[in-house]
Amino acid sequence: MTSDDGVELLHSVSAHVHSRDILVIAGPSGAGKSTLLRLGNRLDVPSAGQVFLAGTDIATLDPLWLRRRVGMVFQKPSIFPGTVRDNLLVAAPDADEIRMTSVLVRVGLVATFLDRIGDDLSGGEMQRVCIARALLTDPEVLLMDEPTSALDPGSRRGIEFLARELADEGLGILWVTHDLAQARRLADRTLVLVDGRLATDSVARAYLDDAADSGETEQ
Amino acid sequence: MSATSIGWAGLAASFVLVLVAVALSGWQRLHLSRSILWASARAAVQLLLVGWALRLVLDPDASVAWAWLWVVVMITFSGITIRNRAPEVPGILWLGTLSMFTVIAVSLSVIFGFGIFPIEGRTVVPLAGMMIGNSMTSCVLVGRRIVGEFSDKRAEVESRLALGLSWQNASRPYVRSALVTALVPQIESTKAVGLVFLPGAMTGLILAGVDAVDAVSIQLAIMYLILGSVTTSVTVMALGLSRQLFTRDHRLKRLSRPSH
Repeated sequence: MTSDDGVELLHSVSAHVHSRDILVIAGPSGAGKSTLLRLGNRLDVPSAGQVFLAGTDIATLDPLWLRRRVGMVFQKPSIFPGTVRDNLLVAAPDADEIRMTSVLVRVGLVATFLDRIGDDLSGGEMQRVCIARALLTDPEVLLMDEPTSALDPGSRRGIEFLARELADEGLGILWVTHDLAQARRLADRTLVLVDGRLATDSVARAYLDDAADSGETEQ
Repeated sequence: MSATSIGWAGLAASFVLVLVAVALSGWQRLHLSRSILWASARAAVQLLLVGWALRLVLDPDASVAWAWLWVVVMITFSGITIRNRAPEVPGILWLGTLSMFTVIAVSLSVIFGFGIFPIEGRTVVPLAGMMIGNSMTSCVLVGRRIVGEFSDKRAEVESRLALGLSWQNASRPYVRSALVTALVPQIESTKAVGLVFLPGAMTGLILAGVDAVDAVSIQLAIMYLILGSVTTSVTVMALGLSRQLFTRDHRLKRLSRPSH
């Protein structure tokens, strides 16, 4: 995978995420973690290589259908103008009150949130609404791009707990983080990405040890 | 000197106000004196050249084909002007040209289709000029605004795309907001006409000795046409540009932020 100006962003990266599985991609800033994630729902396309969903090359799929099968939650919660209801209706314009309430409950919120203005929510609540929005498209896989990095520790643990619940319910989750303590808490499997390449076991171990020594753990 | 011709002496006398502007600039040390003189001289040369050329085009004995040729030149130059004013907007040259072409096609079809004015060189050229002149600024505004919105709110737009929305649905709120921003000044100016300012065409007609009510009805028709033209041009620009900013597989392209 190269950028528009020819800089190589990812090289020889291969990873699988399974249903009921949380695969954590860890690594320093600029390692290519977010780029890798964006290839998963075709917000970016690889300059070489393929991405498969249930055995089908996603390049052959309708991107709009694909993005509803492969949901994405971004680092900074991106709440659309209006109420939580308005936000949910963007994802599922035909959703009724029961469906919207049920998805809110699923992400740990209550029905009264439907009429709350999105901008008035806390960071953790906003991220839960973003997850609820993504869940309304009934995805098989959820791509989570450092979804807790802008949140306080309490909200962070809440979102991690929610991710585990969603995985237990059958979703495959690809979670990107530079927080190694979080990777240890959350991951069923962890891959370390350094300079756009998957680290070998020894490099990964060295990275994890260095990061642990320099105190890169959750506050 | 008559009501319709001020003569060279009248033109020279009007230059006194340019000297007043230069004097004020000098007094306030704005360092704009040279710019004011240059702009005034350039305007004089450009307009006099246009005036002489128009005299040929507007000659009652001249073929109306010359007027249409003039319109084609105006459309071409308006596209280039729009591109120069907003070079950061991708594809603006052809989008601007297309917008201006659409404006002319729609507005002149209405004007001549309903027989509001006769098809003559003296109507085709000035009317087309007014439609294009008013639409250009709004086109630049809407183009810059859309690129700015999609650049500033990239995360929000991509969040919509990531939910499986098509580029049309994902871009709609931002396109709508840009269109409102571009059209409100035109609507406000239409509301204020007569109360706050007397528009140029009407002023010109009254100075040329036309009855005030006749001048007003012509001005009103022109204002309605301008309102329709501006709306048409910004809509063509906004829809064409938003298409231009996405790939076929509904990805938002990389954008450069407009400079101010």
